Order: sequence, then structure tokens, then C-alpha cells
Amino acid sequence: MVNIKRTLRHSMWICGKDLLELTRNRLALVLLVLMPIFMMAMVGFIFPSSTSIKNTPVAVANLDKGIYGNMFVLSLEQVNNQTGIMDLRNATDFDDIKMQIQEGTLSAGIIISENFSSDLMAGKQGNITIITDQTNPQLSLTLQSVLSEVIKQLGVLYSINAFNLTYSQVVPYNTQTGGIIPGNPNYFQFMAPGIMSMVVMMALMTGLPHAISYEKDKGTLDGMLVSPVDRMSIILGKTLAQIVRGMLQGVIILLLAILLFGVHIYGSIWLVFFILFLDVFSFVGLGILITSFTSKEENATMIMMTLMFPMMFMSGVFFPIQQMPLAMQYIAKALPLTYATTAMRKVMVIGADIPAIWNELLFLIIFGIVLLIVAIPLFKRGMRR
Amino acid sequence: MDAIAIKTVGLTKKFKDLMAVDHVSIEVKKGEIFGLLGPNGAGKTTLIRILCTLAQPTEGSATVAGYDIVKEEGKVREHIGLVSEKMIMYDQLTAKENLKLFGRLYDIPKNQLENRIYDLLKVVNMEKWADKQVGTFSTGMKQRINVIRALINQPDILYLDEPTLGLDPQSSSEIREFIRKINLENKTTMILTTHMMVEADLLCNRIGIIDYGKIVALDTSSNLKRMVSGTDTTVVELEIPNLTIEITSHIKSLTSVQNLTQSDDTHIKVQAKGDEAFDDIIDTIRKDHGKITFIKNLEPSLEDVFLHITGHEVRDQPGNKVKIPMQHGPRRMVESRIR
Repeated sequence: MVNIKRTLRHSMWICGKDLLELTRNRLALVLLVLMPIFMMAMVGFIFPSSTSIKNTPVAVANLDKGIYGNMFVLSLEQVNNQTGIMDLRNATDFDDIKMQIQEGTLSAGIIISENFSSDLMAGKQGNITIITDQTNPQLSLTLQSVLSEVIKQLGVLYSINAFNLTYSQVVPYNTQTGGIIPGNPNYFQFMAPGIMSMVVMMALMTGLPHAISYEKDKGTLDGMLVSPVDRMSIILGKTLAQIVRGMLQGVIILLLAILLFGVHIYGSIWLVFFILFLDVFSFVGLGILITSFTSKEENATMIMMTLMFPMMFMSGVFFPIQQMPLAMQYIAKALPLTYATTAMRKVMVIGADIPAIWNELLFLIIFGIVLLIVAIPLFKRGMRR
Repeated sequence: MDAIAIKTVGLTKKFKDLMAVDHVSIEVKKGEIFGLLGPNGAGKTTLIRILCTLAQPTEGSATVAGYDIVKEEGKVREHIGLVSEKMIMYDQLTAKENLKLFGRLYDIPKNQLENRIYDLLKVVNMEKWADKQVGTFSTGMKQRINVIRALINQPDILYLDEPTLGLDPQSSSEIREFIRKINLENKTTMILTTHMMVEADLLCNRIGIIDYGKIVALDTSSNLKRMVSGTDTTVVELEIPNLTIEITSHIKSLTSVQNLTQSDDTHIKVQAKGDEAFDDIIDTIRKDHGKITFIKNLEPSLEDVFLHITGHEVRDQPGNKVKIPMQHGPRRMVESRIR
């Protein structure tokens, strides 16, 4: 008991020392805050959402000779005046649109077919083609759905006016989409939990090997090893300092997400912190393991990077795991970050409680414990060469 | 009380096929400064690391302050201090914070620690710098803090691994002065490694010469020197501006003279034996009207001792990690110091 207290006391001092060093390092402090801001801004603004589309250059090529084509263009302009989605221009034909898209001056084109009026008068459907810029698949996809929706609505209006019908006669089914919580989550809402668990992981994975290998390289670790402190105190102290640093970054992201990007947490905030902690915990063992294998800081950092990047992209932080090929899905299911991200998302986006994320939490705990059991004896052995 | 501070028996450390420390058996007396002299890579640092529990021996055993270095490492650690080749301190922390941290790791009570830090800082004239970050210090200042850091737990045994490496002459002599003072006042046993003959000569009561992991000689500095010269041999260096062949040949013909070397037009070095040798040489020169402007009695240096014992000069040996190419000539010492 006395020993445990002593070990803890020593680890507190070592942790305090590491944090004190961090606060003295201005650049590190600035980066600590800046990194999450970059991360959030990057993923937040890079991916377009239907609300973020404004004044997109779109050209209309009206090949129709009759009045319905002109009417369509007029109503399109009217709708656009209200929404401001497009910056509408004229184009002569498909080739003109193609050229402008290639030049990069256009994002999309709308072609009204030659027989638009005559088809409508003959009781057939009028053809409208939407052409998008394939070099930007994300924007194309969004534009396609936005434009299709606008055109569909215009079609409904046409029917109501032309055949003197009511809205419910033209569109008899009313569909409403929604999740289990009110409102439409934006992309941030999807990204923020993932980014949080990822940045916390990165902080630990880069921080821990750095903290230990750096001292090994500089020789200061010998000072601790030659004193009568338990080796556990050293690992514990170092880890604690990195956990604090990681959690701090997590909190910064959370605050940014809430204040700057309008993210809402539907679940318990304490549960969010708890998951953040488990996320960090699950990586502690891995960090220690790598540190005990490498004697040089460079090597440790290199191994970390090699492991981190696949984890970043395979854990569903940026892209849903369900989109991945089956083999990759299996790998994703072995990564702790996957579980941290899923749990975090469930809590933050759909307000899940502990029973709903029990599996994820269990995996994180087991992963963390197993790696620690493997890593600590190896670390202790590595200290004595 | 046992008068032996450190005792090793057949202590050996192997790195793959390299014998870094090769069956070393030494006894270090309480209160003495024990020098380990040898080129870089000879095994000095490895031996020190084993003795301060940072490395485990492959073979053999050792006790430090009466405790076994493997079975009772915790006890050993309470009684030792280490000044290693790399400075053990954090640049971003102040001198005081550094000392405090290490003091706390030894569970020194708070008040006592404060006093001790103050006293130690005073001894090295660093009180003014207590609250300045160590990173802003000069190398000499850093080393002063580094040495008192190792003394924070008032160790019975202090290991000093190349304590003046990379310091300017003035700082070096300050540190040496301080080491001697601590040794005298606190009766601290010290093991000092160095590749500098002068340093070993200046500080150490006894010197162990280590070469390729083996202790090849162990004695006091003067006894070691005597090994080379024998008791009644004198070596004198003379400057004679009007030196002639006659003078040199007359000196050579003296029965007591064993050897004569002429370094340039005016300088000669004479090695002679017997009590009368000195007089004979001077008489011979005067008789030939030689004018003596400079005379120096040369005592054999530790360098000569090393050469005599090992058969090669003090030079870096390929270690376990750093492969240092064998170098000869005047650049040798400089390079080994930089490392």
C-alpha cells in the first residue's frame, strides 16, 4: 500500500514535470490549440453540403423552340432568385457547356431538349439533362440532387397550373425524412466525434514515444532510472501527462465544434469525456510497446506515423466503414479507433446511452488492458540493457 | 564499518560478440577518488552503467555500498549519484525546478530539500541563477548544476563519467576543484572516468587503466609512473644554443646514459641511470663549453604509462555503438573530445 502510494506520488511529479515542460514550450502550446482548429476547419469546409452551395456557376442551354422551354427557364430564374443556389448563365449547346466545364468556369449545365415543348403538348415527358463536372464528384453529387429537386418541383408546379390540379393530386404521397433526433445533422456533426477521437489518439501516439525516446536520447531518463523510483512511476507519469495533453486537445475540439461549428451533443457530455478517456487508454499500451522497441526518437516517430495513417482512414473517421470493401471492413473492426469513433458518434449525434455503446466500450477497455499487459514488461526490460 | 565502497568480482558485459567489460575485479575504498582511465570505447561508461544499475552484467557480480547491484538495485540506487556524459537536466525547467524534481524522486522531505538545494547552489555560486531556465546557461554553468543534481540525495558514492568533457579549461578546473572539495568535506567515494591523463593525475587517489574492457593496471598515479621508469632513472630535457656533435657524442659515451634523442638543432632529451647521472651530464656539457639555457626534469606522464602497459597509445577503440575509425596524429584528441 505504501509502495503504491509512493509510486503514484512519484508518477505525479514526473507527470507534473512533463506538463511544466510543455507549458514552457510556446510553440508546442500554440500547436496544441492550432492543430484541432486546422483539423476542424479542414474537414468542415472541404466537404460541400447542400446548404453550403451558393452562387454555383450553372449554364442553361435552351434548345427548345416552343414556349415551355422559356417558361421553364423563367421559373428556374425565379426559384434561383429566392435561393441563390446558382449563378445562372446561358449556353448554346452541350459542346459549349462541355468546353466551359473543361475550362473550369462552370460547375454544371442544364440542357432543355429540342422537343421539350412539343413533347409536353403531346402529353409526353419533356427531357431535361443535368451535366456536372466529374472532376469534383462530391460537388457533382450535391448539385445533381439539388438541381433534380428544383426541376422536380418546377414540374409539379407545371402540372398544377396546366391541368388545374391540387398539390396532393400531383404528389399524393408525403414523405418526411428524419433520424431519431430532431433536425438534420450537418457534416460537422458527423465529423466532430471522429476528429475528436482521432486527435486524441494522435496526441498520445506521437506524444508518448516522443516523451520517452526523447529523454532516452538526451540521457535525462538515466537520471530517473538511477534514482530509487519504481519503473512503473516513470511510465505512469509520462502516460498521465500525455493523457492530460490528449484530453485537453479533445476538449478544445469539442468547444470549437460547439461554439464555432454549431455541433450539438445529444448524449451526456460526461459520457463523451469517458469515451475520450477510454480512447486514450486503449492507445497507451501501443505507445509504450513501440517505445520499448525503439531506442531512437526518430524510429519511434516513424513507426507511429506508419501505424497512424491507415488507422486514421480505416476507422470511419472520414468515411463510413460500410463504404469500404469487405476485407478492409474486417481490418477496421480490429482497430480501437473504429470503436471510439462509433461510440462517440452514437453519443454525440443520436444521444446513445451506455447500454447502447456497451460493446464499443468493452472493446476499448480490453484492447487497452491486453496491450498494457504485453507492453509494460517489455518496457521494463528495455530500460535495462 | 566496511572500508570497501565498491567491490566487483569478474564483472563482464557482452554486447553480441563485443566484450565491453571483460572480467573486471576491483575494490574501491571508501572516501577515495578512483579513476578509470582509458580511451573512448574502452568500456569505462559500460562499467559505470553496470555499477549504477542502469545495465545488467552478463557475468560476475558486484556490490555497491554493501548491496548487490542486481538483487538489491533499489538499495544501491539510494546510495549513489550519477554525473553521466550527457547532462541530466531539463532545459525548459529552472535550476531550482530541476533540483527539486530529482530531490522529490528520492523522497527528501520538503523543507530539508529546500535547504539542501539552497546550500548546493551556494557551493557552486549559482544562487543568483536558481530561477532561470537551464537552457539559457553556458555549458560550464550547466555542468555545475548537473553535478549538484547528482549530490541532491547526499550519495555515499558518486559516479562521474567524463565530468569535464566539452568544457573550457577554466570551467574544467572549477569542476575539478568542486569535486575535490566534495570528496574532502563529505567523504564521498567517487569513481571518475576520463580519457584525459591530466585529469586522472590531478584528481584520483588510485587509477585503474582500462583497455578493451580489461583493467590492465591499477595503482596510485606515482606508482604507475614508477612502473615505466624504474626508481633511479632520470629523463632531462636540455636546451643548448651552441649544441655540437662533440657534446652529444660525449654525453652518449657516459656510462650512466641510456638513451639520447635530439629533437632539433638545440634540444636534446637524455635518459640516464644512477644518482650521479645528472651531475655527469652537466659536467660534460660545461667541459665542451656548451651553454645551458633551459633544463627540465621530465617525469614520465600517464600517457607514457598507458603506452608502456598497453603497447599502444591512448586512442579511441571501436565501441559497441560508435565505430570510430582509428586515427593518428594531432587531430585525435580533439575528435575524441567532441564525441
